[in-house]
Amino acid sequence: MFELLETLIQRPNFVVFVILFLWGIYIMSAHPNLVKKLIGLYIVQTSVIFFLVAFSAKDGATVPIILADSGLVDPMLYANPLPHALTVTAIVVQIATLGVSLALVSAIYRKFGSLDEDEILEQLK
Amino acid sequence: MIIELPLLILLVVTAGGAIMVKDLISAVFILGSYSFVLALVWALLGAVDVAFVEAVVGAGLATVFFLLTLFGTTEKDTHIRRPPVPWSVILGLPVLGLLLLYGAGDLPAFGDIASAASIYISPEYLENSVEQTRTPNVVTAVLMDYRSFDTFIETIVIFTAGIACALILRKGGS
Repeated sequence: MFELLETLIQRPNFVVFVILFLWGIYIMSAHPNLVKKLIGLYIVQTSVIFFLVAFSAKDGATVPIILADSGLVDPMLYANPLPHALTVTAIVVQIATLGVSLALVSAIYRKFGSLDEDEILEQLK
Repeated sequence: MIIELPLLILLVVTAGGAIMVKDLISAVFILGSYSFVLALVWALLGAVDVAFVEAVVGAGLATVFFLLTLFGTTEKDTHIRRPPVPWSVILGLPVLGLLLLYGAGDLPAFGDIASAASIYISPEYLENSVEQTRTPNVVTAVLMDYRSFDTFIETIVIFTAGIACALILRKGGS
């Protein structure tokens, strides 16, 4: 138990990731309002990206922009660039999916006059 | 590390505010501030490109999308009585959280120089990218040179999403 606490204190980013991830999934499955569900979806997506970016950090490293124009580059002085390249793509795709789902929500509102999941399900019966 | 911990606490607080506030417009603005705190944390971790994209696209564009949707629909969360939460959620989420926390010991410690992600493949990009691509920013070199086809296909994804939005929202559409 004590070891587990120690490993968690060394990884504060991971604890924050777990809190945000579970809270977002809980809101997505439990809250009746459709826009609130999308806010939960957004928090889940950003928490996963946060988890990936936290791997790129190195102690004593700076941003991955190479200073010296020539000569040997020491990789330990720069943060790992590969998670950054992956997550920049992921953020843009996340906004694309968010835009489509918000368009679907407003189309649902135009047809049913409500954002509440229960009222929409009652009207569908 | 000292500056980072208050930012992480602020991150959880803003996320909780966005989830708990009843008024949807306020929730969307708190979500924008959540994105901005996230961008600050990423800039602190050395991920400046990701921080730029999150500040522009996450805090800016996502907030505008949410607000446009809310102006076209209703602004209040009208539901007073909360429906019962399904049992699968009440039982499943704590189990998932415990499993995730139990697996934390296998992950590298935060800022570990000798972690697998830091010593495999990525040093080669850092060492050779200036020579091979003539670009000082390694993230740009990866996105626009080594993986330019991925970036190209990503623009197709954005284009498809735009077409889908236009088809859903067009006037007189069913």
